[in-house]
Amino acid sequence: MSHPGHASTQMSSAAPPSVSSPAYTEFHPRWYRPQVSTYWWLGKWAYVKFILRELSSVAVAWTVAFMLLQVRALIRGPEAYARFEHRVSSPWMIALNGIAFAFLLLHSITWFNLAPKAMAVRVGGKRLPAVLISGPQYLAWVVISAIVFAIIISRG
Amino acid sequence: MVNRETEPIFWTLFSAGGVVAALFLPVQLFIFALAVPLGWMHAPTYESLRLLAHSPITRLYLFVLCSLPLFHFAHRFRYTLYDGLQIKHLNEVVFAGCYGVAILGTLAAAYLLWTL
Repeated sequence: MSHPGHASTQMSSAAPPSVSSPAYTEFHPRWYRPQVSTYWWLGKWAYVKFILRELSSVAVAWTVAFMLLQVRALIRGPEAYARFEHRVSSPWMIALNGIAFAFLLLHSITWFNLAPKAMAVRVGGKRLPAVLISGPQYLAWVVISAIVFAIIISRG
Repeated sequence: MVNRETEPIFWTLFSAGGVVAALFLPVQLFIFALAVPLGWMHAPTYESLRLLAHSPITRLYLFVLCSLPLFHFAHRFRYTLYDGLQIKHLNEVVFAGCYGVAILGTLAAAYLLWTL
């Protein structure tokens, strides 16, 4: 087995490679990997929607960055917070945050609508209708948003 | 890093962050990035916001609101690059970059909210 001189004869007379342990020899065929374009998702609206939904995560990260900058300004004092408020009211920032907000809404809506598909809740052997799973989440969304609004407005 | 044992952890963080982001982030961004700057809402004063943010409950709330969604972002953005841009050969770099952002953001949030 270990004689190098026998290697070539062994290879040429080798039995077909077994499925359980593939033999990687120089005669191994190259894997068939079709090249997919970077813009594969532009062809169909369903794919574009998928990519937009996935890109909503960038808006999520941006929102966290926004909150951290706000907290930092709060820590640094009234002047720093006034500067933060001034920067945030520039047209560019408002446009950027408008886009980010639209992506956040896309994330929320797709997330709530996907939950019934991800969780198959069965009651008495029957699958719970999708409305009963996504409905309470929409309700919670409205209630939470109203509470946060009320807290901030009461501070005004 | 990601294998059959660790994938459920990353997925749970993704899922928990997705719920937090879906329920809490829109109202947060809407108030402070749109409604107040555009004058639709009366801006809360600095002192009142500082006081509100100082309470332990608010700080815990803000920490959860910053940390979990970043792990949601890390997982989802990793797969966006993987599926969307077909960047498979840079898997390790993308992984380190995405989760690096999540961990650094979490540490920054912990530090800022601690010093608040």
